[in-house]
Amino acid sequence: MIDLPAAEEAPRPLHPGISQVSKAHRKLAPIVPAQNIAGHALILVIAIMTFLSCLTLGAVTLVSDTAATWQTQIAREATIQIKPADDLDMEAALASAQSIASRFAGVRSASIVDRAATARLLEPWLGAGLNIDELPVPRLVIVTIDPTNPPDFAALRQALSAEVPRAALDDHRTWVDRLVAMARTTVTIGFSVLILMLSATVMTVVFATRGAMAGNGHIIEVLHFVGAEARFIAGEFRQHFLLTGMKGAAAGGLAAIIVFVGFSWWSSRNLATPEADQAAALFGNFAIGSAGYLGVALVVVVIGMLTAATSHLTVMSYLSDIDMRQHDA
Amino acid sequence: MIRFENVGLRYGMGPEILRDISFHLPERSFQFLTGPSGAGKTTLLRLLFLSLKPTRGLISVFDKDRSRIGPTELPLIRRRIGIVFQDFRLLDHMTTYENVALPLRVRGRDEASYRGDVIELLKWVGLGERMHVLPPVLSGGEKQRAAIARALIEQPEILLADEPTGNVDPPLARRLLRLFIELNRLGTAVVIATHDLGLMDQVDARRMILSGGRLDIYD
Repeated sequence: MIDLPAAEEAPRPLHPGISQVSKAHRKLAPIVPAQNIAGHALILVIAIMTFLSCLTLGAVTLVSDTAATWQTQIAREATIQIKPADDLDMEAALASAQSIASRFAGVRSASIVDRAATARLLEPWLGAGLNIDELPVPRLVIVTIDPTNPPDFAALRQALSAEVPRAALDDHRTWVDRLVAMARTTVTIGFSVLILMLSATVMTVVFATRGAMAGNGHIIEVLHFVGAEARFIAGEFRQHFLLTGMKGAAAGGLAAIIVFVGFSWWSSRNLATPEADQAAALFGNFAIGSAGYLGVALVVVVIGMLTAATSHLTVMSYLSDIDMRQHDA
Repeated sequence: MIRFENVGLRYGMGPEILRDISFHLPERSFQFLTGPSGAGKTTLLRLLFLSLKPTRGLISVFDKDRSRIGPTELPLIRRRIGIVFQDFRLLDHMTTYENVALPLRVRGRDEASYRGDVIELLKWVGLGERMHVLPPVLSGGEKQRAAIARALIEQPEILLADEPTGNVDPPLARRLLRLFIELNRLGTAVVIATHDLGLMDQVDARRMILSGGRLDIYD
Protein backbone atom coordinates (compact mmCIF):
# COMPACT_ATOMS: atom_id res chain seq x y z
CA MET A 1 0.00 0.00 0.00
CA ILE A 2 1.08 3.56 -0.63
CA ASP A 3 0.85 6.71 1.45
CA LEU A 4 -0.99 9.83 0.38
CA PRO A 5 1.11 12.90 -0.31
CA ALA A 6 0.30 15.38 2.42
CA ALA A 7 -0.34 18.32 0.11
CA GLU A 8 -3.24 16.67 -1.70
CA GLU A 9 -6.84 16.57 -0.62
CA ALA A 10 -8.68 13.30 -0.32
CA PRO A 11 -10.85 12.59 -3.38
CA ARG A 12 -14.35 13.86 -3.22
CA PRO A 13 -17.09 14.58 -5.69
CA LEU A 14 -16.36 17.42 -8.08
CA HIS A 15 -20.03 18.38 -8.16
CA PRO A 16 -21.38 17.30 -4.81
CA GLY A 17 -24.84 17.78 -3.49
CA ILE A 18 -27.52 17.00 -6.03
CA SER A 19 -28.99 13.57 -5.75
CA GLN A 20 -29.80 11.82 -9.00
CA VAL A 21 -31.30 8.72 -7.46
CA SER A 22 -34.80 9.34 -8.74
CA LYS A 23 -33.60 9.70 -12.33
CA ALA A 24 -31.78 6.38 -12.11
CA HIS A 25 -35.16 4.60 -12.07
CA ARG A 26 -35.54 5.25 -15.78
CA LYS A 27 -35.64 2.27 -18.07
CA LEU A 28 -32.13 1.13 -18.97
CA ALA A 29 -30.95 1.63 -22.53
CA PRO A 30 -30.81 -1.64 -24.48
CA ILE A 31 -27.38 -3.24 -24.65
CA VAL A 32 -27.63 -3.40 -28.44
CA PRO A 33 -28.61 0.11 -29.57
CA ALA A 34 -31.94 0.74 -31.25
CA GLN A 35 -32.07 0.90 -35.01
CA ASN A 36 -29.50 2.90 -36.90
CA ILE A 37 -29.40 3.41 -40.66
CA ALA A 38 -27.93 -0.04 -41.27
CA GLY A 39 -30.72 -1.51 -39.12
CA HIS A 40 -33.44 0.25 -41.09
CA ALA A 41 -31.84 -0.86 -44.35
CA LEU A 42 -31.79 -4.43 -43.03
CA ILE A 43 -35.52 -4.31 -42.22
CA LEU A 44 -36.24 -2.95 -45.70
CA VAL A 45 -34.11 -5.58 -47.45
CA ILE A 46 -35.70 -8.37 -45.42
CA ALA A 47 -39.19 -7.00 -46.13
CA ILE A 48 -38.56 -6.87 -49.89
CA MET A 49 -36.99 -10.31 -50.06
CA THR A 50 -39.74 -11.84 -47.92
CA PHE A 51 -42.38 -10.21 -50.12
CA LEU A 52 -40.81 -11.67 -53.27
CA SER A 53 -40.34 -15.09 -51.67
CA CYS A 54 -43.93 -15.17 -50.45
CA LEU A 55 -45.21 -14.10 -53.87
CA THR A 56 -43.22 -16.90 -55.46
CA LEU A 57 -44.44 -19.37 -52.85
CA GLY A 58 -48.04 -18.26 -53.40
CA ALA A 59 -47.70 -18.50 -57.18
CA VAL A 60 -46.23 -22.00 -56.90
CA THR A 61 -49.05 -23.06 -54.55
CA LEU A 62 -51.57 -21.66 -57.03
CA VAL A 63 -50.04 -23.44 -60.02
CA SER A 64 -49.64 -26.67 -58.08
CA ASP A 65 -53.28 -26.59 -56.87
CA THR A 66 -54.52 -25.78 -60.37
CA ALA A 67 -52.42 -28.57 -61.87
CA ALA A 68 -53.89 -31.03 -59.37
CA THR A 69 -57.41 -29.86 -60.29
CA TRP A 70 -56.76 -30.36 -64.02
CA GLN A 71 -55.76 -33.95 -63.38
CA THR A 72 -58.73 -34.87 -61.19
CA GLN A 73 -61.32 -33.22 -63.40
CA ILE A 74 -60.15 -35.04 -66.48
CA ALA A 75 -59.72 -38.31 -64.68
CA ARG A 76 -63.33 -38.20 -63.46
CA GLU A 77 -64.71 -39.30 -66.81
CA ALA A 78 -64.21 -41.96 -69.44
CA THR A 79 -66.14 -42.52 -72.65
CA ILE A 80 -67.35 -45.64 -74.37
CA GLN A 81 -67.75 -45.11 -78.08
CA ILE A 82 -69.76 -47.51 -80.18
CA LYS A 83 -69.25 -47.33 -83.91
CA PRO A 84 -72.26 -48.14 -86.08
CA ALA A 85 -72.39 -51.20 -88.35
CA ASP A 86 -75.03 -52.58 -90.64
CA ASP A 87 -75.90 -55.53 -88.49
CA LEU A 88 -75.60 -53.74 -85.17
CA ASP A 89 -78.56 -52.91 -82.97
CA MET A 90 -77.17 -49.65 -81.66
CA GLU A 91 -79.65 -49.23 -78.81
CA ALA A 92 -79.05 -52.78 -77.54
CA ALA A 93 -75.30 -52.30 -77.81
CA LEU A 94 -75.51 -49.02 -75.86
CA ALA A 95 -77.60 -50.62 -73.13
CA SER A 96 -75.24 -53.57 -72.95
CA ALA A 97 -72.18 -51.31 -72.70
CA GLN A 98 -73.92 -49.25 -70.04
CA SER A 99 -74.73 -52.29 -67.94
CA ILE A 100 -71.22 -53.73 -68.33
CA ALA A 101 -69.66 -50.44 -67.22
CA SER A 102 -72.05 -50.06 -64.29
CA ARG A 103 -71.03 -53.43 -62.93
CA PHE A 104 -67.44 -52.37 -62.42
CA ALA A 105 -66.27 -51.13 -59.02
CA GLY A 106 -65.06 -47.54 -59.21
CA VAL A 107 -67.70 -46.54 -61.76
CA ARG A 108 -70.15 -44.12 -60.23
CA SER A 109 -72.54 -44.02 -63.14
CA ALA A 110 -72.76 -44.75 -66.84
CA SER A 111 -75.16 -42.75 -68.95
CA ILE A 112 -76.03 -43.06 -72.61
CA VAL A 113 -75.80 -39.89 -74.66
CA ASP A 114 -79.24 -40.10 -76.29
CA ARG A 115 -80.13 -39.22 -79.87
CA ALA A 116 -81.13 -35.66 -79.10
CA ALA A 117 -77.90 -35.00 -77.18
CA THR A 118 -75.82 -36.58 -79.93
CA ALA A 119 -77.57 -34.40 -82.51
CA ARG A 120 -76.78 -31.36 -80.35
CA LEU A 121 -73.15 -32.40 -80.18
CA LEU A 122 -72.99 -32.56 -83.96
CA GLU A 123 -75.03 -29.44 -84.54
CA PRO A 124 -72.04 -27.11 -84.92
CA TRP A 125 -70.76 -29.19 -87.83
CA LEU A 126 -73.82 -30.65 -89.42
CA GLY A 127 -76.45 -28.03 -88.65
CA ALA A 128 -79.82 -28.26 -86.95
CA GLY A 129 -82.60 -30.68 -87.82
CA LEU A 130 -80.30 -33.61 -88.29
CA ASN A 131 -81.88 -37.05 -88.42
CA ILE A 132 -79.33 -39.12 -86.67
CA ASP A 133 -80.58 -42.40 -88.09
CA GLU A 134 -79.65 -41.31 -91.61
CA LEU A 135 -75.96 -41.12 -90.83
CA PRO A 136 -73.60 -43.70 -89.41
CA VAL A 137 -72.83 -41.66 -86.30
CA PRO A 138 -70.93 -43.24 -83.41
CA ARG A 139 -72.79 -43.12 -80.10
CA LEU A 140 -71.38 -42.52 -76.65
CA VAL A 141 -71.77 -43.79 -73.11
CA ILE A 142 -70.35 -41.40 -70.51
CA VAL A 143 -68.79 -43.27 -67.61
CA THR A 144 -68.33 -41.25 -64.41
CA ILE A 145 -65.42 -42.51 -62.36
CA ASP A 146 -64.58 -42.31 -58.70
CA PRO A 147 -61.19 -40.56 -58.99
CA THR A 148 -60.00 -41.92 -55.66
CA ASN A 149 -60.76 -45.50 -56.66
CA PRO A 150 -60.69 -45.77 -60.46
CA PRO A 151 -61.95 -48.97 -62.15
CA ASP A 152 -59.68 -51.49 -63.81
CA PHE A 153 -59.76 -50.02 -67.31
CA ALA A 154 -58.06 -53.03 -68.93
CA ALA A 155 -60.67 -55.42 -67.52
CA LEU A 156 -63.47 -53.06 -68.55
CA ARG A 157 -62.06 -52.82 -72.04
CA GLN A 158 -61.81 -56.61 -72.29
CA ALA A 159 -65.36 -57.12 -71.03
CA LEU A 160 -66.67 -54.58 -73.55
CA SER A 161 -64.84 -56.06 -76.51
CA ALA A 162 -66.16 -59.53 -75.60
CA GLU A 163 -69.81 -58.45 -75.56
CA VAL A 164 -69.91 -55.38 -77.78
CA PRO A 165 -67.18 -55.76 -80.37
CA ARG A 166 -67.83 -52.31 -81.89
CA ALA A 167 -67.28 -50.58 -78.56
CA ALA A 168 -64.07 -48.73 -77.74
CA LEU A 169 -63.24 -47.41 -74.32
CA ASP A 170 -61.47 -44.05 -74.15
CA ASP A 171 -60.22 -43.41 -70.62
CA HIS A 172 -58.68 -40.07 -71.72
CA ARG A 173 -55.33 -41.53 -70.75
CA THR A 174 -53.47 -39.67 -73.48
CA TRP A 175 -54.96 -36.35 -72.41
CA VAL A 176 -54.46 -37.06 -68.76
CA ASP A 177 -50.87 -38.10 -69.34
CA ARG A 178 -50.17 -34.94 -71.30
CA LEU A 179 -51.80 -32.73 -68.72
CA VAL A 180 -50.07 -34.52 -65.86
CA ALA A 181 -46.74 -34.09 -67.62
CA MET A 182 -47.47 -30.40 -68.24
CA ALA A 183 -48.65 -29.87 -64.66
CA ARG A 184 -45.60 -31.62 -63.25
CA THR A 185 -43.28 -29.56 -65.44
CA THR A 186 -45.02 -26.35 -64.39
CA VAL A 187 -44.81 -27.28 -60.70
CA THR A 188 -41.17 -28.36 -61.05
CA ILE A 189 -40.29 -25.04 -62.71
CA GLY A 190 -42.24 -23.23 -59.99
CA PHE A 191 -40.39 -25.02 -57.22
CA SER A 192 -37.04 -24.39 -58.93
CA VAL A 193 -37.86 -20.68 -59.06
CA LEU A 194 -38.95 -20.85 -55.40
CA ILE A 195 -35.69 -22.55 -54.39
CA LEU A 196 -33.67 -19.92 -56.27
CA MET A 197 -35.72 -17.15 -54.68
CA LEU A 198 -35.32 -18.60 -51.19
CA SER A 199 -31.57 -19.08 -51.72
CA ALA A 200 -31.25 -15.46 -52.83
CA THR A 201 -33.28 -14.40 -49.79
CA VAL A 202 -31.09 -16.43 -47.43
CA MET A 203 -27.91 -14.95 -48.87
CA THR A 204 -29.25 -11.40 -48.92
CA VAL A 205 -30.49 -11.68 -45.33
CA VAL A 206 -27.19 -13.17 -44.17
CA PHE A 207 -25.08 -10.48 -45.82
CA ALA A 208 -27.38 -7.63 -44.81
CA THR A 209 -27.31 -8.87 -41.20
CA ARG A 210 -23.54 -9.08 -41.27
CA GLY A 211 -23.47 -5.55 -42.67
CA ALA A 212 -25.70 -4.29 -39.88
CA MET A 213 -23.54 -6.15 -37.35
CA ALA A 214 -20.33 -4.57 -38.64
CA GLY A 215 -21.06 -1.33 -36.81
CA ASN A 216 -21.46 -3.19 -33.52
CA GLY A 217 -17.93 -4.55 -33.21
CA HIS A 218 -16.97 -2.05 -30.52
CA ILE A 219 -20.01 -3.03 -28.42
CA ILE A 220 -19.10 -6.71 -28.57
CA GLU A 221 -15.54 -5.81 -27.59
CA VAL A 222 -16.55 -3.63 -24.63
CA LEU A 223 -19.01 -6.25 -23.36
CA HIS A 224 -16.29 -8.86 -23.70
CA PHE A 225 -13.77 -6.77 -21.78
CA VAL A 226 -16.16 -5.93 -18.93
CA GLY A 227 -16.49 -9.65 -18.32
CA ALA A 228 -19.67 -10.56 -20.22
CA GLU A 229 -19.85 -14.22 -21.12
CA ALA A 230 -20.03 -15.11 -24.81
CA ARG A 231 -23.52 -16.57 -24.50
CA PHE A 232 -24.79 -13.36 -22.85
CA ILE A 233 -23.40 -11.18 -25.66
CA ALA A 234 -24.66 -13.54 -28.36
CA GLY A 235 -28.05 -13.70 -26.64
CA GLU A 236 -28.44 -9.92 -26.63
CA PHE A 237 -27.62 -9.63 -30.32
CA ARG A 238 -29.71 -12.67 -31.24
CA GLN A 239 -32.75 -11.22 -29.52
CA HIS A 240 -32.27 -7.83 -31.16
CA PHE A 241 -31.81 -9.24 -34.65
CA LEU A 242 -34.62 -11.77 -34.24
CA LEU A 243 -36.97 -8.84 -33.64
CA THR A 244 -35.47 -6.87 -36.54
CA GLY A 245 -35.78 -9.87 -38.88
CA MET A 246 -39.33 -10.64 -37.78
CA LYS A 247 -40.37 -7.00 -38.26
CA GLY A 248 -39.07 -6.93 -41.83
CA ALA A 249 -40.32 -10.42 -42.66
CA ALA A 250 -43.78 -9.74 -41.19
CA ALA A 251 -44.06 -6.55 -43.26
CA GLY A 252 -43.05 -8.40 -46.45
CA GLY A 253 -45.32 -11.38 -45.69
CA LEU A 254 -48.24 -9.09 -44.94
CA ALA A 255 -47.74 -7.20 -48.20
CA ALA A 256 -47.73 -10.51 -50.09
CA ILE A 257 -50.94 -11.63 -48.36
CA ILE A 258 -52.56 -8.30 -49.24
CA VAL A 259 -51.60 -8.88 -52.88
CA PHE A 260 -53.17 -12.36 -52.84
CA VAL A 261 -56.31 -11.19 -51.10
CA GLY A 262 -56.49 -8.30 -53.57
CA PHE A 263 -56.25 -10.65 -56.58
CA SER A 264 -58.78 -13.00 -55.05
CA TRP A 265 -61.19 -10.09 -54.49
CA TRP A 266 -60.62 -8.81 -58.02
CA SER A 267 -61.30 -12.19 -59.58
CA SER A 268 -64.46 -12.72 -57.50
CA ARG A 269 -65.74 -9.23 -58.42
CA ASN A 270 -65.11 -9.73 -62.11
CA LEU A 271 -66.71 -13.16 -62.45
CA ALA A 272 -68.08 -13.77 -65.91
CA THR A 273 -66.03 -11.04 -67.57
CA PRO A 274 -63.71 -12.22 -70.36
CA GLU A 275 -60.55 -11.15 -68.43
CA ALA A 276 -61.55 -12.99 -65.28
CA ASP A 277 -62.68 -16.04 -67.22
CA GLN A 278 -59.30 -16.18 -68.89
CA ALA A 279 -57.51 -15.84 -65.54
CA ALA A 280 -59.82 -18.34 -63.89
CA ALA A 281 -59.27 -20.82 -66.69
CA LEU A 282 -55.57 -20.69 -65.93
CA PHE A 283 -55.41 -20.21 -62.20
CA GLY A 284 -58.77 -21.20 -60.76
CA ASN A 285 -60.16 -18.56 -58.41
CA PHE A 286 -56.80 -17.04 -57.43
CA ALA A 287 -57.11 -18.18 -53.81
CA ILE A 288 -53.83 -19.52 -52.42
CA GLY A 289 -55.62 -21.48 -49.68
CA SER A 290 -54.61 -22.21 -46.12
CA ALA A 291 -51.41 -24.00 -47.23
CA GLY A 292 -50.29 -20.82 -49.00
CA TYR A 293 -50.96 -18.64 -45.93
CA LEU A 294 -49.22 -21.18 -43.70
CA GLY A 295 -46.27 -21.11 -46.10
CA VAL A 296 -46.11 -17.31 -45.86
CA ALA A 297 -46.14 -17.53 -42.03
CA LEU A 298 -43.41 -20.15 -42.19
CA VAL A 299 -41.24 -17.96 -44.45
CA VAL A 300 -41.65 -15.06 -41.98
CA VAL A 301 -40.59 -17.20 -39.01
CA VAL A 302 -37.70 -18.81 -40.88
CA ILE A 303 -36.33 -15.44 -42.03
CA GLY A 304 -36.56 -14.06 -38.47
CA MET A 305 -34.68 -17.08 -37.16
CA LEU A 306 -32.14 -16.83 -39.97
CA THR A 307 -31.39 -13.21 -39.06
CA ALA A 308 -31.00 -14.16 -35.40
CA ALA A 309 -28.77 -17.13 -36.22
CA THR A 310 -26.56 -15.00 -38.48
CA SER A 311 -26.06 -12.38 -35.77
CA HIS A 312 -25.31 -15.16 -33.26
CA LEU A 313 -22.65 -16.69 -35.49
CA THR A 314 -21.16 -13.25 -36.26
CA VAL A 315 -20.85 -12.48 -32.53
CA MET A 316 -19.31 -15.86 -31.76
CA SER A 317 -16.79 -15.55 -34.58
CA TYR A 318 -15.96 -11.97 -33.52
CA LEU A 319 -15.39 -13.11 -29.93
CA SER A 320 -13.29 -16.02 -31.01
CA ASP A 321 -11.24 -13.58 -33.12
CA ILE A 322 -10.68 -11.34 -30.09
CA ASP A 323 -9.47 -14.24 -27.98
CA MET A 324 -7.52 -15.95 -30.73
CA ARG A 325 -5.64 -12.93 -32.03
CA GLN A 326 -2.45 -13.37 -30.16
CA HIS A 327 0.34 -12.09 -32.27
CA ASP A 328 -1.27 -10.04 -35.01
CA ALA A 329 -3.23 -7.49 -33.00
CA MET B 1 -1.29 -12.27 -7.56
CA ILE B 2 0.07 -11.95 -11.13
CA ARG B 3 3.42 -13.41 -12.03
CA PHE B 4 5.40 -13.22 -15.31
CA GLU B 5 8.34 -15.53 -15.91
CA ASN B 6 10.54 -15.03 -18.96
CA VAL B 7 7.62 -13.81 -21.00
CA GLY B 8 8.26 -12.91 -24.63
CA LEU B 9 5.86 -11.63 -27.27
CA ARG B 10 6.15 -11.03 -30.97
CA TYR B 11 3.51 -10.02 -33.49
CA GLY B 12 3.48 -12.48 -36.38
CA MET B 13 6.97 -13.10 -37.70
CA GLY B 14 8.27 -9.72 -36.52
CA PRO B 15 10.87 -9.08 -33.84
CA GLU B 16 10.05 -9.63 -30.17
CA ILE B 17 8.26 -6.60 -28.72
CA LEU B 18 8.73 -7.89 -25.20
CA ARG B 19 11.71 -10.02 -24.14
CA ASP B 20 12.31 -12.06 -21.01
CA ILE B 21 9.86 -10.13 -18.89
CA SER B 22 9.76 -11.39 -15.32
CA PHE B 23 8.00 -9.73 -12.40
CA HIS B 24 5.48 -10.27 -9.67
CA LEU B 25 2.54 -7.99 -8.86
CA PRO B 26 1.69 -8.55 -5.19
CA GLU B 27 -1.73 -7.86 -3.73
CA ARG B 28 -2.43 -4.26 -2.71
CA SER B 29 0.67 -3.06 -4.55
CA PHE B 30 0.94 0.23 -6.47
CA GLN B 31 3.20 0.65 -9.47
CA PHE B 32 3.80 2.77 -12.50
CA LEU B 33 4.57 1.14 -15.82
CA THR B 34 6.56 3.55 -17.93
CA GLY B 35 8.89 3.82 -20.86
CA PRO B 36 9.12 5.69 -24.16
CA SER B 37 6.27 5.62 -26.64
CA GLY B 38 6.15 2.34 -28.50
CA ALA B 39 8.08 0.51 -25.79
CA GLY B 40 5.20 -1.96 -25.35
CA LYS B 41 3.34 -0.57 -22.32
CA THR B 42 -0.08 -1.19 -23.83
CA THR B 43 1.01 -4.63 -25.00
CA LEU B 44 2.15 -5.52 -21.49
CA LEU B 45 -1.16 -4.26 -20.08
CA ARG B 46 -3.03 -6.42 -22.59
CA LEU B 47 -0.99 -9.42 -21.48
CA LEU B 48 -1.96 -8.59 -17.89
CA PHE B 49 -5.61 -8.29 -18.94
CA LEU B 50 -5.42 -11.67 -20.75
CA SER B 51 -6.43 -10.20 -24.09
CA LEU B 52 -3.14 -11.36 -25.60
CA LYS B 53 -1.32 -14.64 -25.22
CA PRO B 54 2.47 -14.60 -24.83
CA THR B 55 4.65 -16.18 -27.50
CA ARG B 56 6.75 -17.75 -24.78
CA GLY B 57 7.19 -17.78 -21.04
CA LEU B 58 4.77 -18.33 -18.22
CA ILE B 59 2.05 -16.04 -16.92
CA SER B 60 0.09 -16.96 -13.83
CA VAL B 61 -2.94 -14.94 -12.84
CA PHE B 62 -4.57 -15.50 -9.44
CA ASP B 63 -2.50 -18.70 -9.18
CA LYS B 64 -3.79 -19.99 -12.52
CA ASP B 65 -1.61 -20.75 -15.51
CA ARG B 66 -2.66 -18.40 -18.35
CA SER B 67 -2.26 -21.12 -20.96
CA ARG B 68 -4.78 -23.31 -19.15
CA ILE B 69 -7.50 -20.68 -18.90
CA GLY B 70 -10.25 -21.53 -21.40
CA PRO B 71 -12.63 -19.09 -23.11
CA THR B 72 -15.44 -19.87 -20.66
CA GLU B 73 -13.27 -19.11 -17.63
CA LEU B 74 -11.83 -15.93 -19.11
CA PRO B 75 -14.83 -13.64 -18.34
CA LEU B 76 -14.85 -14.82 -14.72
CA ILE B 77 -11.17 -13.90 -14.30
CA ARG B 78 -11.59 -10.59 -16.13
CA ARG B 79 -14.19 -9.59 -13.55
CA ARG B 80 -11.39 -9.60 -10.98
CA ILE B 81 -9.30 -7.27 -13.14
CA GLY B 82 -10.42 -3.71 -13.84
CA ILE B 83 -9.08 -1.97 -16.92
CA VAL B 84 -9.19 1.66 -18.05
CA PHE B 85 -8.50 1.90 -21.75
CA GLN B 86 -6.57 4.80 -23.21
CA ASP B 87 -9.53 5.50 -25.52
CA PHE B 88 -12.08 4.94 -22.70
CA ARG B 89 -14.28 2.61 -24.75
CA LEU B 90 -17.55 3.92 -23.39
CA LEU B 91 -20.72 2.95 -25.25
CA ASP B 92 -22.20 6.09 -26.78
CA HIS B 93 -25.82 4.95 -26.66
CA MET B 94 -25.71 4.46 -22.90
CA THR B 95 -25.63 7.13 -20.19
CA THR B 96 -22.67 7.49 -17.86
CA TYR B 97 -24.67 5.64 -15.22
CA GLU B 98 -25.45 2.78 -17.61
CA ASN B 99 -21.86 2.58 -18.81
CA VAL B 100 -20.56 2.33 -15.26
CA ALA B 101 -23.20 -0.23 -14.33
CA LEU B 102 -22.50 -2.35 -17.42
CA PRO B 103 -20.16 -4.90 -15.77
CA LEU B 104 -22.87 -5.66 -13.19
CA ARG B 105 -25.63 -5.71 -15.77
CA VAL B 106 -23.85 -8.25 -17.96
CA ARG B 107 -23.64 -10.55 -14.95
CA GLY B 108 -27.42 -10.58 -14.96
CA ARG B 109 -27.83 -8.59 -11.75
CA ASP B 110 -31.05 -6.75 -11.10
CA GLU B 111 -30.70 -2.99 -11.39
CA ALA B 112 -32.24 -2.40 -7.96
CA SER B 113 -29.43 -4.39 -6.36
CA TYR B 114 -26.64 -2.15 -7.67
CA ARG B 115 -28.23 1.25 -8.29
CA GLY B 116 -27.09 2.70 -4.97
CA ASP B 117 -23.51 1.42 -5.40
CA VAL B 118 -23.21 2.87 -8.91
CA ILE B 119 -24.53 6.28 -7.85
CA GLU B 120 -22.20 6.33 -4.87
CA LEU B 121 -19.22 5.46 -7.05
CA LEU B 122 -20.19 8.10 -9.63
CA LYS B 123 -20.30 10.68 -6.87
CA TRP B 124 -16.96 9.45 -5.60
CA VAL B 125 -15.34 10.06 -8.99
CA GLY B 126 -17.13 13.40 -9.27
CA LEU B 127 -19.72 12.48 -11.89
CA GLY B 128 -22.75 12.72 -9.63
CA GLU B 129 -24.32 15.38 -11.81
CA ARG B 130 -23.35 13.83 -15.11
CA MET B 131 -24.73 10.34 -14.61
CA HIS B 132 -27.58 10.71 -17.11
CA VAL B 133 -25.49 12.30 -19.81
CA LEU B 134 -24.39 10.39 -22.90
CA PRO B 135 -20.61 10.03 -23.39
CA PRO B 136 -20.40 12.22 -26.52
CA VAL B 137 -21.36 15.19 -24.33
CA LEU B 138 -18.75 14.43 -21.63
CA SER B 139 -15.39 16.17 -21.55
CA GLY B 140 -12.17 14.14 -21.84
CA GLY B 141 -11.65 14.17 -18.09
CA GLU B 142 -15.23 13.14 -17.42
CA LYS B 143 -14.95 10.27 -19.88
CA GLN B 144 -11.75 9.22 -18.16
CA ARG B 145 -13.44 9.20 -14.77
CA ALA B 146 -16.45 7.31 -16.17
CA ALA B 147 -14.07 4.69 -17.59
CA ILE B 148 -12.30 4.47 -14.21
CA ALA B 149 -15.63 4.10 -12.40
CA ARG B 150 -16.64 1.31 -14.77
CA ALA B 151 -13.37 -0.48 -14.07
CA LEU B 152 -13.94 -0.14 -10.32
CA ILE B 153 -17.62 -1.02 -10.00
CA GLU B 154 -16.92 -4.71 -9.50
CA GLN B 155 -14.31 -3.95 -6.85
CA PRO B 156 -11.52 -5.64 -8.78
CA GLU B 157 -8.47 -7.04 -7.08
CA ILE B 158 -6.24 -5.22 -9.54
CA LEU B 159 -6.78 -2.10 -11.64
CA LEU B 160 -4.89 -1.54 -14.89
CA ALA B 161 -4.97 1.99 -16.30
CA ASP B 162 -3.52 2.87 -19.69
CA GLU B 163 -2.39 6.53 -19.78
CA PRO B 164 -5.21 7.61 -17.48
CA THR B 165 -3.96 11.17 -17.35
CA GLY B 166 -3.11 11.45 -21.04
CA ASN B 167 -6.16 13.58 -21.89
CA VAL B 168 -6.47 15.79 -18.83
CA ASP B 169 -4.85 18.95 -17.46
CA PRO B 170 -2.36 18.71 -14.57
CA PRO B 171 -4.84 19.56 -11.76
CA LEU B 172 -7.26 16.89 -12.94
CA ALA B 173 -4.34 14.47 -13.44
CA ARG B 174 -3.42 14.99 -9.80
CA ARG B 175 -7.00 14.44 -8.78
CA LEU B 176 -7.18 11.18 -10.75
CA LEU B 177 -3.93 10.08 -9.19
CA ARG B 178 -5.46 10.76 -5.77
CA LEU B 179 -8.35 8.57 -6.78
CA PHE B 180 -6.03 5.68 -7.65
CA ILE B 181 -4.10 6.11 -4.41
CA GLU B 182 -7.31 6.11 -2.41
CA LEU B 183 -8.41 3.00 -4.23
CA ASN B 184 -5.10 1.35 -3.43
CA ARG B 185 -5.55 2.24 0.23
CA LEU B 186 -8.86 0.40 0.10
CA GLY B 187 -6.98 -2.73 -1.00
CA THR B 188 -6.84 -2.80 -4.80
CA ALA B 189 -3.52 -3.35 -6.55
CA VAL B 190 -2.93 -0.63 -9.17
CA VAL B 191 -0.82 -0.55 -12.33
CA ILE B 192 -0.70 2.81 -14.11
CA ALA B 193 0.89 2.88 -17.53
CA THR B 194 2.12 6.40 -18.19
CA HIS B 195 5.01 8.36 -19.61
CA ASP B 196 4.16 11.40 -17.52
CA LEU B 197 7.25 11.87 -15.32
CA GLY B 198 5.57 14.70 -13.41
CA LEU B 199 2.81 12.36 -12.35
CA MET B 200 5.21 9.68 -11.19
CA ASP B 201 7.26 12.15 -9.22
CA GLN B 202 4.28 12.95 -7.06
CA VAL B 203 4.19 9.50 -5.54
CA ASP B 204 6.94 7.33 -4.21
CA ALA B 205 5.87 4.09 -5.86
CA ARG B 206 7.43 1.14 -7.60
CA ARG B 207 8.42 1.92 -11.20
CA MET B 208 8.49 -0.69 -13.95
CA ILE B 209 10.39 0.76 -16.89
CA LEU B 210 10.08 -0.82 -20.32
CA SER B 211 12.83 -0.10 -22.78
CA GLY B 212 13.96 -1.98 -25.87
CA GLY B 213 11.54 -4.78 -25.05
CA ARG B 214 13.07 -5.38 -21.61
CA LEU B 215 11.72 -4.50 -18.21
CA ASP B 216 13.64 -2.93 -15.34
CA ILE B 217 12.02 -2.57 -11.97
CA TYR B 218 12.89 0.12 -9.42
CA ASP B 219 11.29 -0.49 -6.05
